[in-house]
Amino acid sequence: MTTADHKPQIFAFLARYFGEHRLAEDEDMFATGFVNSLFVMQLVLFVEGEFDITVEDEDLEIRNFNTVRAVDALVTRKLAVGAADRRP
Amino acid sequence: MSEIHTVGVVGAGVMGTGLAQALAQTGHQVLLVDRTEEILAAAERTIREGLRFARLLGAKGPARPADDRPKEDRLKEDRPKEDRETVLKRITLTTGYEGFEEADFVIENITEDWGLKQGVYRRLDAVCPPRTVFAANTSVIPITRIGAATSRPAQVLGMHFMNPVPLKPVVEMIRGHHTSAETVATARTLLAQLGKEGILVEDSPGFVTNRVLMLTVNEAVYLVHEGVAGAAEVDRIFKTCFGHTMGPLETADLIGLDTILQSVEGLYAAFSDSKYRPCPLLVRMVDAGLLGRKSGQGFYDYATTAA
Repeated sequence: MTTADHKPQIFAFLARYFGEHRLAEDEDMFATGFVNSLFVMQLVLFVEGEFDITVEDEDLEIRNFNTVRAVDALVTRKLAVGAADRRP
Repeated sequence: MSEIHTVGVVGAGVMGTGLAQALAQTGHQVLLVDRTEEILAAAERTIREGLRFARLLGAKGPARPADDRPKEDRLKEDRPKEDRETVLKRITLTTGYEGFEEADFVIENITEDWGLKQGVYRRLDAVCPPRTVFAANTSVIPITRIGAATSRPAQVLGMHFMNPVPLKPVVEMIRGHHTSAETVATARTLLAQLGKEGILVEDSPGFVTNRVLMLTVNEAVYLVHEGVAGAAEVDRIFKTCFGHTMGPLETADLIGLDTILQSVEGLYAAFSDSKYRPCPLLVRMVDAGLLGRKSGQGFYDYATTAA
């Protein structure tokens, strides 16, 4: 973990799905019309692969994934828990 | 009709895996058959992923078959979260139709190829007991023709499930020429157990859904092909102007562009009407392997890594 702010990586991933729309970090991405509700699965798999974390069942809630800020907070929390939550 | 316990699911593609998941989550024993072990292994992965994301996407939880309250009451409430492995154990994967002699109900979901379907129905007719009802989860093939390929046309109907099956509450039911009222009632029983309901229509190419949807998708592809609008613009217009949950091209990616092409071609053949001619861009995308969500690329990108 080199930085507490993971938003640039999250924005970079999301950029291709939002075209010219400038997504704000607290904007509900599922309310924009650019992605549908099934996109959340892609987002979860991206977060797991990009940050080498495992999102547990109890964290699979839409409120953890609907804004960039929420995703960033989840990633920060998961990384802080440490190696125990990381994939082998 | 008594409770349906064991359901055979033929074809472990997009629809078959979603159906197996939905059936297992609502307490049914499921026999999932496909041609190779590789397909079945991929199906198991898909179902595991589906179960993992079920709560996030709002899928129905498992039913409690021992519950003696009216079915409607127990289907409406939130069910306790069941262990993923418990749900998975209800699904038996097979390449050889083992266990189909116990099937109360069979739902066929193979590719829209009449030659292949004929073979499957002959096999089902031979291995299943006389009481078993067959439902074709087809997009375009006439139910009456499917019924005629079996020795039990009165027990064959169409059940057109929507994708993703665990999330979609309504099913288009199709009555073939010989489909009996009892068969329709049995299918409604199964749907109630799944927490779904059916809307019954008569047999006609594409039924109601695909007669309109496939033409809409094909025309949306023409708009992209002709440069009138990009895929995202087409979809956003449908979502924001008409309040649709998904636009036609997102829907196409979800269904699979190969299935869309087969359906449009099926309508073209059935009606001999040029309005169903497939857009050249659709044909090219299928030739290029851009099949939508299931191949990772269609009108949209489904990658899970940064560019």
